[in-house]
Amino acid sequence: MKKNWINHKLTILIALMVIGYIAIGAIRYFASSTKNAEKELVSYNRDIRPILSDKCFTCHGPDVKKVKADLRLDQATYAYAPLKKSKGKFAIVPGHPELSELVTRIESTDPKIMMPLPESHLTPLSADEIALFKKWIKQGAKYEKHWAFVTPVKAKLPALDNTQWPSNEIDHFVLAAMEAKDFSPNEEANKPALIKRAFVDITGLPPTHAEYQQWNNNTQANWYQQMVKALLKKPAYGEKMGVLWLDLARYADSYGFQDDNIRTQWPWRDWVINAFNKNLPYDQFLTQQIAGDLLPNATKETILATAFFRNHKYTEEGGVIEEEYRVSYNIDKTKTYGKAVLGVTIECAQCHDHKYDPFSAKDYYQLYGFFNISKEKGYEGDVSISTPAKTPKLFLTAADRKTVLQYINTKDTNTLEVAVMGDSNKPRPTYILNRGSYDAPSNVQVQPTALESIMPFDTTKYPRNRLGLAGWTVNKKNPLTARVFVNFIWQEIFGKGIVKTSGDYGLQGELPTHPELLDWLAVDFMEHNWDIKYLMEKIVTSSTYKQSSEIKPKQLEKDPDNVYYSRSPRIRYKAETIRDFILASSGLLNYTIGGPSVKPYQPKGVWESTTSGRGVLASYKQDHNSDLYRRGLYTFIKLTAPPPSMMIFDASNRDQCEAKRSSTNTPLQALNMLNDPTILEASRVMAQKISMGAESLDEKIEKAFESILVRPATRFEKNKLVKYCENQLAVYQQKPALTKETLAIGEFAQPNRKYNEAEAAALMKTILIMYNLEEAITKS
Amino acid sequence: MNEFLEHGLNQNRRKFLSKMSLGIGGLALGSLVAPGLFEGKTEEELFANVLPHFAPKAKRVIYLFQNGAPSQLDLFDYKPKLQSMHGEDLPASIRMGQRLTGMTANQAKFPLAGSKFNFSQHGQHGAWFSETIPHIASIADDLCIVKTMYTEAINHDPALTFFQTGAQVGNRPSMGSWISYGLGSENKNLPAFCVLLSKGKGNGQGVYSKLWNNGFLDSIHQGVQFTSGEEPVKYLTDPSFIQRDDKRAMLDEIASLNEASYKEIGDPEIVAKIQQYELSYRMQMAVPEITSLQNEPESIVKMYGPDCLVPGTYAANCLLARKLSENGVRFVQLYHQGWDAHDNLPAQLEGQCKDVDQASAALVKDLKQRGLLDETLVIWGGEFGRTNYCQGALAKDNYGRDHHPRCFTIWMAGGGVKPGVHGETDEFGYNINTLPVHVHDFHATVMHLMGVQHEDFTFKHLGRRYRLTDVAGNVINEIIS
Repeated sequence: MKKNWINHKLTILIALMVIGYIAIGAIRYFASSTKNAEKELVSYNRDIRPILSDKCFTCHGPDVKKVKADLRLDQATYAYAPLKKSKGKFAIVPGHPELSELVTRIESTDPKIMMPLPESHLTPLSADEIALFKKWIKQGAKYEKHWAFVTPVKAKLPALDNTQWPSNEIDHFVLAAMEAKDFSPNEEANKPALIKRAFVDITGLPPTHAEYQQWNNNTQANWYQQMVKALLKKPAYGEKMGVLWLDLARYADSYGFQDDNIRTQWPWRDWVINAFNKNLPYDQFLTQQIAGDLLPNATKETILATAFFRNHKYTEEGGVIEEEYRVSYNIDKTKTYGKAVLGVTIECAQCHDHKYDPFSAKDYYQLYGFFNISKEKGYEGDVSISTPAKTPKLFLTAADRKTVLQYINTKDTNTLEVAVMGDSNKPRPTYILNRGSYDAPSNVQVQPTALESIMPFDTTKYPRNRLGLAGWTVNKKNPLTARVFVNFIWQEIFGKGIVKTSGDYGLQGELPTHPELLDWLAVDFMEHNWDIKYLMEKIVTSSTYKQSSEIKPKQLEKDPDNVYYSRSPRIRYKAETIRDFILASSGLLNYTIGGPSVKPYQPKGVWESTTSGRGVLASYKQDHNSDLYRRGLYTFIKLTAPPPSMMIFDASNRDQCEAKRSSTNTPLQALNMLNDPTILEASRVMAQKISMGAESLDEKIEKAFESILVRPATRFEKNKLVKYCENQLAVYQQKPALTKETLAIGEFAQPNRKYNEAEAAALMKTILIMYNLEEAITKS
Repeated sequence: MNEFLEHGLNQNRRKFLSKMSLGIGGLALGSLVAPGLFEGKTEEELFANVLPHFAPKAKRVIYLFQNGAPSQLDLFDYKPKLQSMHGEDLPASIRMGQRLTGMTANQAKFPLAGSKFNFSQHGQHGAWFSETIPHIASIADDLCIVKTMYTEAINHDPALTFFQTGAQVGNRPSMGSWISYGLGSENKNLPAFCVLLSKGKGNGQGVYSKLWNNGFLDSIHQGVQFTSGEEPVKYLTDPSFIQRDDKRAMLDEIASLNEASYKEIGDPEIVAKIQQYELSYRMQMAVPEITSLQNEPESIVKMYGPDCLVPGTYAANCLLARKLSENGVRFVQLYHQGWDAHDNLPAQLEGQCKDVDQASAALVKDLKQRGLLDETLVIWGGEFGRTNYCQGALAKDNYGRDHHPRCFTIWMAGGGVKPGVHGETDEFGYNINTLPVHVHDFHATVMHLMGVQHEDFTFKHLGRRYRLTDVAGNVINEIIS
């Protein structure tokens, strides 16, 4: 009896320990978990390396010039070797934490001995972290290659308790992680919510009334799949996807430095939209952009793709030193390629060996070497002799645009010039630049070579030019290319990547929350011929995606960041989507695809107050008529004064490659939503149109609500809005002058038939309220 | 605020704060906002870095940026040697093969150009001022004049970017953004970081929004552009047909519908949205009151000069800067374009000085008479200096000067700086003789005055801890009182 009692107590104790350990593990956001704390292996990649990298590598890492005490902790051979500065001691003795100097140092509080040293301004390791180190050393201090630099493989789908929920493989991985933490998924979202969500994510536009009816009334079991397939065929899909790529490619319509004149890069933007719409496989999408000019069967279309590398800023400031800028453009290209394509931040190695990642200055300049052999010049004169593109250029004639390049949309019949890539016949030698400085070349010459710590660059297979780089990039063994792209798509849809630092897969980047899922998606994507629409469809037809977005108190408390995806995220629309939804729902949207960027309404003085006065962009010449109502991605981006309504909603300023936009919530946004003429005009036009109908006021309000919120109004909402509108109507019926004034907003033509103006004015303000609801600009 | 909204806020304060604008300083944490708070750092890191690190000497900054680079040799750095050697070639022993811009690199000769202006000494430290800036000379005893600033960039864009963000290229946060992020706002109805633009008639170099950009910090820390015109902040003004009570009714309507949706969905972000709408309403009242220059007394108008009533002028912006700062804006950044005098420097410089001399001095005096100068740091200066030799043809009374990054003058006042003259350049005004101050040192010092240890004020982004001073910067203790 007594023995049993002790056993019972022991069981409880062990259970408590296990629970405690799981709780600690939970903050590590790691999906794979085991149940036995004692036996669990400490993983170098998962547990140790993030701490080493953050706290130790600055002085004991791969930057050989900065290594202190001759000790490196980034590789086993160095870490196990006898310490050069402390005779007879070892930093790490596998199996023996008590003999390992590293443990002594991280446990010490003596400012002369402790690590990290106080002057490093890094905080000491926590007790948990120290315990992890001891355990890891006890278990043999096994080093592993960085996870992201190992080619991904498909793991077996994890077993589940709930086998009913998954729609596809994604759900297996997501649910397994949830089950390990005792979470359960939300129920499926209702039909209107699914319609809205899929329209936002695939096309960036709301459904028309007819589309909404069509899908809402479709009672077939696979209505959702049908809808997704239909949406992926819409040309709006390419525009929606384009924005993601334009941020990474830092696309803009001006040169960006001080005098900031106009440039013609938009034909490349149209290439991107077209590529997404015709579903160009991602490997070709990259190959053409990296080396479309070097392909054996290069066409003007593939050469146009290489404008990707020419979107960087270009100086037209008088008196600059050409070489300084030529070098800086190549640095920009190297950085953009690294971040957008491989998800690595290699730019540190521009000045010194990377402090955290295995990229030396030599690796950096070898990669830079691919771009250094181009014909590009650093400077072609100041703004007084500005040209729409810089050498090397591609000329697109009217004839080209009638044949192979029909998607280049312009009424202009002149030949267009676009800056593209083109290598010089006499390749310029590349030297490592001391401190990254253009005027301090070392005598170490390097050859164009891809990042070999990621994957060897086999020169029997790959030429030492961008074509070789492209081949290396899209080789299925490359551990990063597919992972990085599927993660960008995941981030697009769920608001955060499986790797949250979507532009940094290096040692300082965050670990994936669902590593097996990321790898499965990456491999599956490559197995399906890098098919982007297939990937999109896979994600949006998962049960994970289709959950409702309701946030239960337990979820908010236990998982505020929704790491486990037990609900659909609520995400504020991107700046472009806000605009597009407003224009489309009001009926103002001009659906034209492509062409030169346009200048919609903008507050006075934005360009004028910053300009030097030189160049054609010194003052803002607003467009008119249908050009006022183009989608957000066609709004003209002047780099030195980007469009304020976009910037207020966190659009990229396109100065540099941007992997993730922030999502803020500010009073300036409230001011914009209530006072931007675009939104006021959209409210006016929708109100006038609706007021011409024969329905009752209630029905009119329901109709407007459905167009804007993509769902029927609740009784509460309807009652409130109708009451507000009736009050307004009473006011406007008394004040015809105020009615006229209210309806005068915007350049869109006033209706030429009679309608109830007072009602329209009252409806306009009611609609403005609807546009200002949180839900109206939120994907939920 | 009702109970359920409060509950919603508390549910996820960290997440909420990270999205919250302006009001950081006005929230429960007061002005103690820890870096890393928004990143989900460990507790110990959070509290190790609580700002300010020590008692600040300056609570607010007003930075009068003279965009285009004023000539230190014609304003502060008096070099009689240049006048006596006017027209002679710059000795190679002084130039030492330093790089030049493309505008003068091909010049066969580098004729020295002595300033055509008369200089005199002012104040107890005997600082030199040229006759073009009598008002600034009159506040000599309040000024800490640093004659030995130097930078690394030789062209406007990278040099300006360097001064404002601590890096020549890249999308790094501006100084004001760092301060906004670290210290928040003192006024919950105003942004922590405001930007004011004006232009002189001299050769202009544009400014660009990258200079007041938030970089990798949340965009709530972006500088908000203010003007003293009809619409001081973009989208601030309601359309004519919406009256104040009208607006109130609309906001109530929006809030009650949003509240209902919060009850349904439970997302604290909705509560934050309601708060932001309220804040925008308060801003609509507060901002015009502050930006209106109409009610300034005669004595103030006299002090700043008549231009201060003309919206968009430098003088009006100085006055506006004082009002914003007085109302708790942490960082007011002015830019005045037109200093890039590659030719006709004397005439251009006189014009620029007419714009800025009286108002710059008035700002310092005005702060002083209000007892605010002690806690407000005023900074005046450009992105680099100008050469001692002439660009283009040298005439007796006319010359131009090219860009010169190797030494130039800025001044500061108030906010814990020690009045006096810091550092000395050589007799040619080409190189620094004593006490050089690098741009990183300048940043470190300003941070220090704000109570921030610059090396500990970092933000982790894409695998690296970034700070305003990059990996360098020393606090210049000699200029701290």
